[in-house]
Amino acid sequence: MIMFDDLRDLYQEVILDHGRKPRNFRRLEDADRSARGDNPMCGDRMELFLKLTPDGAIGDAAFQGRGCAISMASASLMTEVIKGKAPEAAQALGAKFRDLAMTGTCPECGADIADEMERLQPLSGVHEFPSRVKCATLAWHTLNAALAGAKEASSE
Amino acid sequence: MDGLARSPGYDVARIREDFPILGKEIRGKKLVFLDSGASAQKPRQVIQAMTRCMEEAYANVHRGAYHLSEVATGAYEAARGAAARFLGTPDAREVVFTRNSTEAINLVARSYGGGVLKPGDAVLTSEMEHHANLVPWQMLRDAEGIELRFIRVTDAGELDMEDYAAKLADGRVKLVAVTHMSNVLGTVTPAQRIARMAHEAGAVVLFDGSQAAVHRHVDVRAIDADFYVFTGHKLYGPTGIGVLYGKLPLLDAMPPMLGGGDMIASVTLERSTWAEVPAKHEAGTPAIVEAVGLHAAIDYVNAIGFPALEAHERALTEHAMARFSAIEGVTVLGRAQDRGGVFSFALDNAHAHDLSTLLDRVGIAVRAGRHCAEPLHARFGMEAGTCRASFGLYTTLGEIDFLADALVEARRFFRV
Repeated sequence: MIMFDDLRDLYQEVILDHGRKPRNFRRLEDADRSARGDNPMCGDRMELFLKLTPDGAIGDAAFQGRGCAISMASASLMTEVIKGKAPEAAQALGAKFRDLAMTGTCPECGADIADEMERLQPLSGVHEFPSRVKCATLAWHTLNAALAGAKEASSE
Repeated sequence: MDGLARSPGYDVARIREDFPILGKEIRGKKLVFLDSGASAQKPRQVIQAMTRCMEEAYANVHRGAYHLSEVATGAYEAARGAAARFLGTPDAREVVFTRNSTEAINLVARSYGGGVLKPGDAVLTSEMEHHANLVPWQMLRDAEGIELRFIRVTDAGELDMEDYAAKLADGRVKLVAVTHMSNVLGTVTPAQRIARMAHEAGAVVLFDGSQAAVHRHVDVRAIDADFYVFTGHKLYGPTGIGVLYGKLPLLDAMPPMLGGGDMIASVTLERSTWAEVPAKHEAGTPAIVEAVGLHAAIDYVNAIGFPALEAHERALTEHAMARFSAIEGVTVLGRAQDRGGVFSFALDNAHAHDLSTLLDRVGIAVRAGRHCAEPLHARFGMEAGTCRASFGLYTTLGEIDFLADALVEARRFFRV
């Protein structure tokens, strides 16, 4: 009898749900910033759009693309948690998320981002799958590229 | 994993004992290795031949006048002879050792393409090529002003032979470079007919035999191939050794791609003259131990024999097609009349990478992605990639059943 139950840590319901029905999955026609993210090894590809508020914060975030459940869910969750943040705060959150994806924990994550990290926690399971970590971090690489004014990001 | 393949006279259980890795557990799971199309596992006979070469008979080749170097040279040249016989040519000078198939195709693209073809000539390849038989021709096109054309692939996954004839019709195609067996679709192409049509149109023909040479008896003389390439590591041999077969006059006409030791006749500070073929195309110390390993691999495959190998693979292929096609939500690419044991498939509710992570968890090794054939995946609307199960001479019907059962369970897993 073949069972995959021990993979529910990696593929939690949240991941499958966001992977299948990604939130903010659309083009922002009036985006102030955008970048493409590409994982050439596996063919994952996305385009991220950011709308900035007059004071420079991320007013809206959306993406389009294709990829595995983990890369789509990660992009979906990211667009939710970065809305309203200053670019620096969003990038700092991305650095903490990469720690979470690589190690499964983030001991240095403070109370100020506790809510965000809780939302992203379902992706922590990838740390046991080295070849899949880049699926989870592609969206955040793309965010950095968009905020830096670059057009392309790669998780390679 | 019972259910050994029921091909008469083929003792797959016995054959599996030759492959040490197949008896090992990988992360606590029995290994179900279905990625032989990427690289095959190695039998003890190959491992031991290479060890013996290094322990007892190793020195550089074609150099020393001492006994050990003569022994090593003899072993290296014996490997060339074995590769020649394996391909059906009596003339070992027609075999050039390369690093792999990729290097062999690049050698033809650079030396024949760059040295013999003229600007305005065309090279004709196809939509179903591995990148190794596409990118070198793109590079040639960009460097030498050579036109690149592509034979279309039908929905069944076969070369469109009418399109092939049409692309040859204006007489500008001087080289046809196509696969003998698709690494994605499993399609075996009609090599003899392809070669005849190329020759009638005034073109030479190269076959990428990376997959075909493993699964089918190849006879370059019967095909009338001008160039034929394959690689050792897919044929149960080591990495780092591949073969370029070329008709002698063609290899002679080609300028060398690399200069250095072993490929020269005489050298002064001003100029050098080239050694005879095949040495001319083998600059530097070659892969001596790997050549010995390839020889052992060829001997191993020959000892089983292609009639038995082909019958076993036919049984596996028919079983796999029946099992995979019967699973709801599974799409198999490639319905060619003549196809072998390579199955690329997609599950309707899971991405290839998610699926391969699941399969890996129960010990099944398949490849996920686009298998170095992005244009072909685009042709079939599978840009996101597929999983690929590819069989070897040690694959069992039971392993195919195990994969099929896992696919059913995986589809259930992803249905929230």
